[in-house]
Amino acid sequence: MLTGEEILEIEKAIHVVPHRQAACIEALKIVQSRRRWISDDSLKDIASFLEMSPAELDSVATFYNLIFRKPVGRHIILVCDSITCWVMGYEKLHAYLQSKLGIRYGETTGDDRFTMLPNPCLGTCDCAPALMIDHDLYRNVTPEQLDEILDRYV
Amino acid sequence: MSEKPLTSHIRADGVPLTLREYELKGGYQSVRKALAMTPQAVQAEVKSSNLRGRGGAGFNTGLKWSFVPLDAPKPKYLIANADEMEPGTFKDRLLLERAPHQLIEGMIVSAWALQADTAFVFLRWAYHTAAKAITTAIAEAYEAGYLGQNILGTGFNLEMHLHTGAGRYMCGEETALLNSLEGKRATPRAKPPFPQVSGLFGKPTIVNNVETLCCIPHIITHGAEWFQKLSLTGDAGTKIYGVSGKVRRPGLWELPMGTTLRELIEEHAGGMHDGLSFRGALPGGASTDFLVRDHLDVRMDYPSVAAAGSRLGTGTVIVLDDKTSVVGFVKNLIHFFAQESCGFCTPCREGLPWIEKILHALQSGDGRKDDIPLLELHTRLLGPGNTFCALAPGAMEPLQSALKYFREDFEVYIREHASREPITV
Ligand SMILES: Cc1cc2nc3c(=O)[nH]c(=O)nc-3n(C[C@H](O)[C@H](O)[C@H](O)COP(=O)(O)O)c2cc1C
Ligand code: SF4
Repeated sequence: MLTGEEILEIEKAIHVVPHRQAACIEALKIVQSRRRWISDDSLKDIASFLEMSPAELDSVATFYNLIFRKPVGRHIILVCDSITCWVMGYEKLHAYLQSKLGIRYGETTGDDRFTMLPNPCLGTCDCAPALMIDHDLYRNVTPEQLDEILDRYV
Repeated sequence: MSEKPLTSHIRADGVPLTLREYELKGGYQSVRKALAMTPQAVQAEVKSSNLRGRGGAGFNTGLKWSFVPLDAPKPKYLIANADEMEPGTFKDRLLLERAPHQLIEGMIVSAWALQADTAFVFLRWAYHTAAKAITTAIAEAYEAGYLGQNILGTGFNLEMHLHTGAGRYMCGEETALLNSLEGKRATPRAKPPFPQVSGLFGKPTIVNNVETLCCIPHIITHGAEWFQKLSLTGDAGTKIYGVSGKVRRPGLWELPMGTTLRELIEEHAGGMHDGLSFRGALPGGASTDFLVRDHLDVRMDYPSVAAAGSRLGTGTVIVLDDKTSVVGFVKNLIHFFAQESCGFCTPCREGLPWIEKILHALQSGDGRKDDIPLLELHTRLLGPGNTFCALAPGAMEPLQSALKYFREDFEVYIREHASREPITV
């Protein structure tokens, strides 16, 4: 079941476009922002609210990198793995995170705290390597800073 | 000091100006001026300014606009392409985060010229600071009467919305962007019909890059001739150039169009890190051909970079130094393109992962004697004309030029390690 608040926000998104289905990416983001990910039930609820088939909505949901169709942790770490970050040594950050958190890309820590994902160029190439945790961008990151950065997320 | 119309009003601390502060610096003047002109006159000014699109392809903006039927019934759409995800490209972030009103001003003037009544800023998800800046600026512009109904009492109406994407490089391709805005998978559309005639929801639509739209207010305020004179060469205006990689001061600078690659790297970026030397560079993002030492004096405008065998692209340079593996560099790029391919057409969907595997095999001492011809075959099969959009040909540009300039870096793996027999294709 979609909550009243979710419905209200989705209605707002529908208002901007000529037909309900056109707001589906927005709707997925609205629901995900409250529930962290899009479960099969959420998918069906959104699809029926937008008068489209769940299969059609799923084909859209699975296309986009940042719509999650599997459970994720409380915080999402996006490691930039594109060219300038690679030149500037992002692989060290990745290796450190992988051993410290004990997870590989796409996995979530046992305590549900972090999910780690690779991400294409974060568009801050003059401050590479960079990573993002939730909405926070970290630039010129060194492995030494990572402990302190991770501590900010409980 | 050269003129920097796009960035000179940006505060040193990067905090975006409020609408009032922006107006005090001359902001929104061009809206008043444009609304007193006919849409045709605004278009004519832009066309004669010779502004070329800053999104990568360098198409003449005025010419692109001229295909929109001015008398078509509403709605008509204008979209700012703020999906910036091309690896090594970080210029639009600056304009979005720090000068949001300039973009909105440019969009209002452009919408008037096109008689569009609805505008979208299509912003990539990861740009949260930009999202805040644009949201605030749009609200202020509504409040001040620059957006909404009957703008400045002229009878012109324009609604503007911010749309944030859900993360996919393909959303930047203009017809895929339209599909995404319609709530579909971001796969490209067949052309014709061109978006100017049948775009978003089947209506006439223009998609322009953020930097392109940010030039518009200055062209209208100061005139086409002034804009042309900003440049050192035949391509008009200034350009936001960037340099990243192992240089002393990576960054972004607004400079006259036609500044040389050498000046960017040696002067503005401060040269290479100690102990490293310049080996080559992608002049305009991940999908451009390498330039090498011999090209340092090439002027960074569209025809000059093309004459040197590459493309100006986004004008953000990615530097390759002599201690970084060329094969690793290209593999990283191909991995990106393989991941972000929309999977719609076969050469791109199948070819890119295959190339990545070949490069990986080379690096792990598992190459075959015919791997280089096989890579070259791919650069042709995924080249222009064989795929549905420009992603795959773009992906081939760094590969084909690396094979041309740095062939020895590939051959060494094969000479020293390749044990396996060639396969026939
Ligand atoms: C795969 C792909 C991704 C693209 N991404 C962007 C982008 O993020 N931003 C952009 O402005 N143009 C991008 N482009 C170019 C657009 O298709 C289009 O040419 C551009 O937005 C037109 O604007 P302009 O005429 O102002 O340059 C991309 C093209 C391709 C093929
Ligand atoms: S070239 Fe690649 S990205 Fe473009 S349509 Fe084909 S599969 Fe999709």
